[in-house]
Amino acid sequence: MEQLVYKKPDSIRDDFKISFCPGCDHGLAVKLVAEVLDELGVREKTIGIASVGCSVFSYDFFNVDIVESPHGRSLAVATGVKRSKPDKVVFTYQGDGDLASIGLGETIHAMTRGEKVTAICINNTTYGMTGGQAGPTTLIGQVTTTTTQGRKVEISGYPLKVCEILKEVDGTAFVARVTLDNPAAIINAKKCIKKAFEAQLKGLGTGFVEILATCPTNWKMTPQEAHARVRGEMSEVFKPGIYKDKVSE
Amino acid sequence: MKREKELLKGNYAIAQAAVEAGCQSYFGYPITPQSEIGEYLSSKMPELGRAFVAAESEVAAINMLLGAGSTGVKAMTSSSSCAVALMQEGLSFIAGDEIPCVLVSVMRAGPGLGYIYASQGDYYQATKGGGNGDYKIVTFAPASVQECVDLTYKCFYVSQKYRTPVCLLADGMLGQMMEPAVVGEYPYEEIDQSSWALDGAKDREPRHIASIEREEETLRKRVVKIFEKYKQILENENLFEKYETEGAKLVITAFGSVARIAKAAVKMARKNGLKVGLFRPIMLNPFPEKLVAEIAQKVDGILDIELNCGQMLQDIKASIAGLAKSIPVEFYGRPAGVMMTVEEIYKQIEAIYKKMDEKKYGTACI
Repeated sequence: MEQLVYKKPDSIRDDFKISFCPGCDHGLAVKLVAEVLDELGVREKTIGIASVGCSVFSYDFFNVDIVESPHGRSLAVATGVKRSKPDKVVFTYQGDGDLASIGLGETIHAMTRGEKVTAICINNTTYGMTGGQAGPTTLIGQVTTTTTQGRKVEISGYPLKVCEILKEVDGTAFVARVTLDNPAAIINAKKCIKKAFEAQLKGLGTGFVEILATCPTNWKMTPQEAHARVRGEMSEVFKPGIYKDKVSE
Repeated sequence: MKREKELLKGNYAIAQAAVEAGCQSYFGYPITPQSEIGEYLSSKMPELGRAFVAAESEVAAINMLLGAGSTGVKAMTSSSSCAVALMQEGLSFIAGDEIPCVLVSVMRAGPGLGYIYASQGDYYQATKGGGNGDYKIVTFAPASVQECVDLTYKCFYVSQKYRTPVCLLADGMLGQMMEPAVVGEYPYEEIDQSSWALDGAKDREPRHIASIEREEETLRKRVVKIFEKYKQILENENLFEKYETEGAKLVITAFGSVARIAKAAVKMARKNGLKVGLFRPIMLNPFPEKLVAEIAQKVDGILDIELNCGQMLQDIKASIAGLAKSIPVEFYGRPAGVMMTVEEIYKQIEAIYKKMDEKKYGTACI
C-alpha cells in the first residue's frame, strides 16, 4: 500500500529554480518558511519581499506574490505593502548584510513601529552573493576577501548581534535565533518561524527569526565542516534561543 | 456637490487634492517648505481609514512608497531637494519595476541645505534624476495653487494609467503662498490595477515585481518598452500654456512660479508694442521638444527664464538644435534670493528685442 510521507509544500513553486550553492542552508530555510505558510493556510494572501543578496530570486521558488526591494530596504517596502493591504500576510526574506548593515535603520524603525510583518534573516557572517566579503556579522578572526588576515577588532570592530538588539525594541512580538545543523534544530527553527508569523497574524507586532546559516562556498568548507562551524564558533558568539515571545504569553 | 473657492496654501492644496484623488497611502519625512503636506495628511488619512506613516527617513519613505504602489493602491510621498536626493535609488527601482506612485517635490534653493527660498534648482533632479539606469520620472510643474490641485490629480491619473512614477514639481513659493482655488472632484476615470498588482496569489499564478533580470534580451526589451510608454505619455498627456505666441518675434520660455511673472512682463511688452509671447511647458518630462521646435521656427529669438543657472535651458537648446532656421536662445536666471520682478524681466525683454532689431544675435545676457 502506498502512503504519501512527504511532499513539496504548495508554497514552493512546481517549477522552482534554486540558485543557491550546494550545502548552503538557504534551501532549507526557504522550505521551512514555505511549510509554515502552508500550515497556516495563508499562501494565497501572502506577499513576500525579496531583498538584495542571495535571496533576490525569491520569486523563482516561493509560490507567492513577491516584490523586490532595493538593498536593505525590505522592511520599509514591507511597511508600504502591509499598511496598504492590512489583511495580507507580509514577510521579508533577507540576509544579514541586508538586514543588519545597510538596512539596520529600516529594520529597527519598522520593528519599533511594530509593523505586523515577519522578517526572516539568514546570518552567514558574510556577503555571499558578492563573493564573501566581511559583513556586520563576520566573526573576530574570520578570514574573508576583505579581512584577509582575519577580522581585527581595531580595524573592523565587533560582530553585530541583532536578536540582542531587537528584543529590546518595543514593537517586536517574537525574536529568536535558530540553527539548521541537526534535525532537532530544524524542527525548532520551523516552530520559531511559525511563531514569527503568528505574531503578525495575531496583530501582536513584528515577528523575527535569525537563522545561523552555512555558506560553504565562501567559507571554503565542506557542508559538514560548515555545519560544525555553525554549531561551534558561530553559536558561541550568536547564542541560539528565543529572545522574546509575546505569542505564547 | 458644488465645491467652493477658498483661500488655500499650495501645500494644503496638494494634500487635499491627494485625499480627493483617492490616495490610500502616504509616507513622508518632514522638510520645509513642504511640511504642511505631511502635517495635514497625518490627521486626515487615519480619519478616512487610510495609511499615513511618518517614515524614519526619506530613504525609508520612498521604499514604503514602492511597497504600497506594488499593491496597486494610489500612494504618495512628498519632500524637497536634498531629501529628494535621498530618494533617487528608490525612484530608479520604482521606474524599473513600473510601479505607479506620486512624488511631490517642493524645491528649495541652492545645493546642499541651501534654503527655503523659491527656486527651480531641481529641474535637473526631477527630469534627469540621480538614479541609475535608463528611465524618466514623468514631471508636471504647477504655476498656481489651482494648478497644484489640478496637477496632483493629473499625477495620480498618469501614474496609474501608465504604471509609472510621476513627480509634481513645485517650489517654495507655490508651497507657501495662498490664493483662491477650488479642490474639485477627481476628474479622471479610475484605472483598474487588478491585472498586475500584488494582492496574494489566490486562484491565479503568483506575480512578482522586480527590476532584476538575468536574460539580457529580456532586460533590453523591458527598458525599450518603458521608453515606448514615455512616448505615449508625451503624445497623450502633454500639458502646456501658450500665450501670445502667434505673430511673436520673441518667445519667453519659463515653467512654474516664475512663468507667472514672465507672463505679466509679456503683457507689459505687448502693451508697449513689442511682439513677445510666452511658452510654458507644464509637463517637463518627457520634454515637449517638437512643440518648442515648432515655436522656434516662427520667431526670431527665445528668452529662457528660470530660477536657476540655466537647466531647462539645455532642453530648449536641444529642442531647436539642427533646425533649418537658427535663432538665438538668451537666458535670464536667478538661482536663489529675491524673486525677480515683472520690471526686471521686462527690461531683459526690451534689451533683447533691441539686439534682435540690430541683428546682434547670439550673446548670452547673464
